[in-house]
This record gives sequence, structure tokens and C-alpha cells, in this order.
Amino acid sequence: MSLESVSQSRAAAFLQSDIYYRFRSSKITIAAFLITLIIVMAAILAPWIAPHNPFDVSTLSLWDSELPPAWTEDGDPRFLLGTDNQGRDVLSAILYGSRISLAVGFVSVALAMVIGIVVGLVSGYFGGAVDAFFMRIADVMLSFPTILVALLVSGIARGVLPREMHDSAALVVLVFAITITTWVQYARTVRSSTMVERSREYVYAAQLVGRRPFAILFQHILPNVMGPVLVIATINLAMAILIEATLSFLGVGMPPTNPSLGTLIRVGNEYLFSGVWWVVIFPSLTLVVLVLAVNLLGDWLRDALNPKLR
Amino acid sequence: MIAFVLRRLGQSVLVMLAVALIAFSMFRFIGDPVNSMLPENATTEDRQALREQLGLDLSVPGQFARFVTGAVQGEFGISYRNKRPVDEMIAERLPATLELVLAAAVFALLLGVPMGIYTALHPKGVISNLLNVISLIGISVPTFVTGILLILVFSVWLNWLPSFGRGDTVQLGWWSTGFLTVSGLKSLILPAVMLGLFQVTLIMRLVRAEMMEVLRSDFVRFARARGLTNRAVNFSHALGNTLMPVVTIVGLQLGSMIAFAIITETVFQWPGMGLLFIQAVSFGDIPVMSAYLVLVALVFVAINMIVDLLYFAIDPRLSVRA
Repeated sequence: MSLESVSQSRAAAFLQSDIYYRFRSSKITIAAFLITLIIVMAAILAPWIAPHNPFDVSTLSLWDSELPPAWTEDGDPRFLLGTDNQGRDVLSAILYGSRISLAVGFVSVALAMVIGIVVGLVSGYFGGAVDAFFMRIADVMLSFPTILVALLVSGIARGVLPREMHDSAALVVLVFAITITTWVQYARTVRSSTMVERSREYVYAAQLVGRRPFAILFQHILPNVMGPVLVIATINLAMAILIEATLSFLGVGMPPTNPSLGTLIRVGNEYLFSGVWWVVIFPSLTLVVLVLAVNLLGDWLRDALNPKLR
Repeated sequence: MIAFVLRRLGQSVLVMLAVALIAFSMFRFIGDPVNSMLPENATTEDRQALREQLGLDLSVPGQFARFVTGAVQGEFGISYRNKRPVDEMIAERLPATLELVLAAAVFALLLGVPMGIYTALHPKGVISNLLNVISLIGISVPTFVTGILLILVFSVWLNWLPSFGRGDTVQLGWWSTGFLTVSGLKSLILPAVMLGLFQVTLIMRLVRAEMMEVLRSDFVRFARARGLTNRAVNFSHALGNTLMPVVTIVGLQLGSMIAFAIITETVFQWPGMGLLFIQAVSFGDIPVMSAYLVLVALVFVAINMIVDLLYFAIDPRLSVRA
């Protein structure tokens, strides 16, 4: 079989699969998927599709500052969602901001997933002191709200780093704080599924053949515990975006010179009283719609992969 | 019974010691406290004097023992930023946070319980569906966005309620209360609503699930068979059995409400512990952070322990296992 026909038959198999059927039959899920896709694409393509470059100071003009959205009486058609106090286009700022929010979300979810999977596999397969050590850490971390742990981690990171590095290292600190806070859930889930898989026959068979423990873990057990991990990853993407937005909103996340959605909301919040509502409302709306859409996708994936509901 | 209580107490003390160790390590190993506290032109003698005063010349276990002894007595040293004792700063801010959390919890109960009961009694009604959709959206909207919307509508557009601070407060000994003045109460409304709104949806879903479960149980069916009115069955038989787990969850949520108050206090510039903590985080003010961490951990551990002990007292099945 040629490579092309393999990929064709894979596509055909996908179109006939359960998952695709369930996806097609849920209108809300399709809408959520499309919205997520649009926001992700818009964020990736921001440098090309944004009407202005909000960080190029030479293109900004104070004459254009605090213009309301285009459809209102004083609006300017050049600025669809209005401008902020420095004359930056709100729509462009949102496009660039979503880019950072999504980047932090995806990277921290990927890192937390990798750490959680490795810890979970090792704890579940070997048990003993390693398991006890990681699970006590997990117990303590899970007994505090995630936002508190994330705040604490970023606070400690700020204490370690010299002050002038705070802004340039903000992205790394955020990813670090969110990863540290969220790996526990993956580890817990993978650990409990690994403990079940450990005593399955295919694992014994692999042991008898003489495969090394880590080969068994990653090539045999891992594919069988990935289902729940994907569900947690989707829901955690929404959570990571929210934590990032909250930290940035609280002023310990992205700096105003390189804003994420949370920073935009924080900055916009300061102009609320001058009646400049569009600077804060549109980034908030983007955040809410994005989080809601990803959450709906996660809910759907959880139901679709749950064998009990079939 | 005594053995169980002692073991539970021992666990709590261990957790607190672990938290204290984290707080201590932050204090000891992140940056040099001497450099953070003295001006740049301080002499070597000054540095040495402060070093001795802070106990930094002791061995590390000795320093930890000193830290724990201090922490037990409520002493966490001097804030790097304000140059004031941390315990004083926290004691000033504590009443504001506790009053906010209390008001939010009362608001959440007053709104969430009736909504939950209604949706359980009329699961297919139009209003129930509406409440369910609203609660789904409520969970997805970040709390700080809710706060901003509240400010925009009620402070900026309608100009009904103040959007920052506590208003006028009255001193009762060391406790400053906003409950006794009109401006204090008006300032409390928006922050309490923002902090409580997330809990409303939680309590509503919980009450609904519990109540629907209880309504299906045998003793409710018997009560109906005895010919009791709907009102008597729903409210005296079913509701009483529903509220027990609800009270537990609300108790457990009090701790996380203190943590979430950080966000509310930032939005409304509410002068509580959360605002103090967030300022400490952005300045890297380690003594304030470690004190807040220990305090919040204490609240969490205490609440968890009380709930466990209460369950032990209430549920006879647990005593067999212990």
C-alpha cells in the first residue's frame, strides 16, 4: 500500500468512527470547536491579520486615543473595537494578547502533562517509597486552591530573580507556576490507571519477553492510559488560560509592554471610570468565550471517551 | 475516640510543620534577608548586628526551631517593604477579609439553597433550565470579570454603590468593622456578591443533587403515603436531610473563599489580607508571604480537622474503622 492510500484509509476510518459520529451529532460541540479554532487561528496569524501593530510606537497617534468602537457615533472605521488611552487598536491588542494567553496555556499544559505522565507511570508501576513520596506532595498540593499555589510559586520566583528581570522572565515564570500547580492531576490519574494495567496479561508477557521496565512503561502501558489524560488536558487548557489571566490581572503575570488577555483586562480596568468600557469589555469577552468553548470541548471529550456512557 | 482525635491532631501538626518548613526555606534561602532589610550603604557592623538579631548566625535546624517558636507566637519578622512587624500588618487586615468572606458565604447560602431546592422540586421547569444555564455560564466566567462587570453596571453606569475600599469603619477594640455604618455596608455589597457568586452556583448544584437523591428515598415515599402535605414532606423531611452535606461543603469552602478573596480584594481595592499578600508577591516581600502562607494553611488544616471530627461524632459507622 502506498503512503497516500494509508492516509486516505485512515481518514475514512476516522469519518466512520464513533468519536466523529458523536462530534457531528452535537451542535454545541461543533460550535465550540469552530470558535476555538477561529480564536487559535486568529492568534497564530495575528502579525499578518491584525489591522495595526499595537507595539510599534511610531504608528500610534494620541489623536486616535480612546476612540469608541466603530459602530458607535464617534467611532472610527479604522478601529473596529475602538482604541485605548495610547491610541492602540483594541482588536489588534486582543489578537496579540490571545497569542500569549494561548501560548502560555498550551506550553504549560504540555509540560504538566509530560511531568504528570512520567511521575504517574513510575509511581503506579514501581510503588513503594517513590510512590509515597510523590503522592504525599500531591496530597498537600491538592488541599490548597490552585490559584493560591500558582501565586505562591510565582511569588517565590519573583523573590529569586532580580527585579529588572521580572518583565523579561514573566512568560517563563507563568509557565513554570502553572505547570507546577497542575501536573498533580495527570500524575494521580495516570498512577491509578497504571496500577490497574500493571497486572494485565500483556504486561506480564512483555516482562517475560525480557523488555526493560521503561520500555514496558512507555511503549505498552502509556498508550492504554492516554484516554483520561487527553480529557484532563483539554479541561486544564481552559484552566491554564484562566490561571494565566488571573495572575496577569493581579499584576504578577505578563507586563503591560507585552500583554496577555489578563493584562489587557487589568490595564482596561483602570480606565473603567472614565466611561471607556470597550478597552476592558472586549478582552474580557474574548477570554470568557475562549474558556467556555474549551470547557465545552472538554466536557464533550469526557463523555465521548467514557465507556460507561456508551 | 481519643486515639482517633490524637492521630488526627498529629497529622494536622505534621502538615503545619511541612508548611512552616516551606515558609522558612523561602525566608532563609531566597535572597539575603540582611540585604533586603538594610539600606545599601550599611556598614559591616550593622550587617553583623542584624544578622545576630535575626538569628542568622545559628545553625539551620536552630534557625528553623527559632522560626517555628516565633510563628507559634504569631511573630514573622519585619516586612521588607513596609519595615513594620508582619503580625501587626496582618492583624490590621484580618477583620476586613473575614467580614468579606462571612458576608459572601451568607449571600451564597441565602441565594444558592432556595435555587437548589426549586430546581430539585421542578427539575423540568422553564425557570430550572434557565437557572442551570446561568450556573454553567457562571462557572466559566472568571471571577475578576464578574467583578469588573458589577463595577461597570452598579458603580459607573448606575452610580448606586461604591466600587473600592471599605467605606467608614468602627473600631471595636483591635477589630475594625464595616458592619455598623451605612457606607461600610454599601461598600460590602459588590465585593461580597462577586466572591459569593461562584459559591452560589456550587451550592445550588449541590443542594439540587442531594435533594433529588433524598426525594427518591424510601422514607420520603412513606411520608407521602402517610398523607402528609407536599410542603411538610419537602421541607421538614427532605430538606433537613439535604442540608447536612451542604453545611460541610460550605465549611470546607470557607478556606478557599479566603484564598479567592485575593482576587476580589484586588478588584475592589478592599484593604484585607489578600491585597497585602498580592502586594507582597509583586515586591518579593518574603516575610509577609510566609506569614500569609502559614495563616491560610492553618485555616485550611483547622477546617479540615473540624469537619473530620464532626463526621466522626455524627456518623457511627466511622468509629468501627477507627
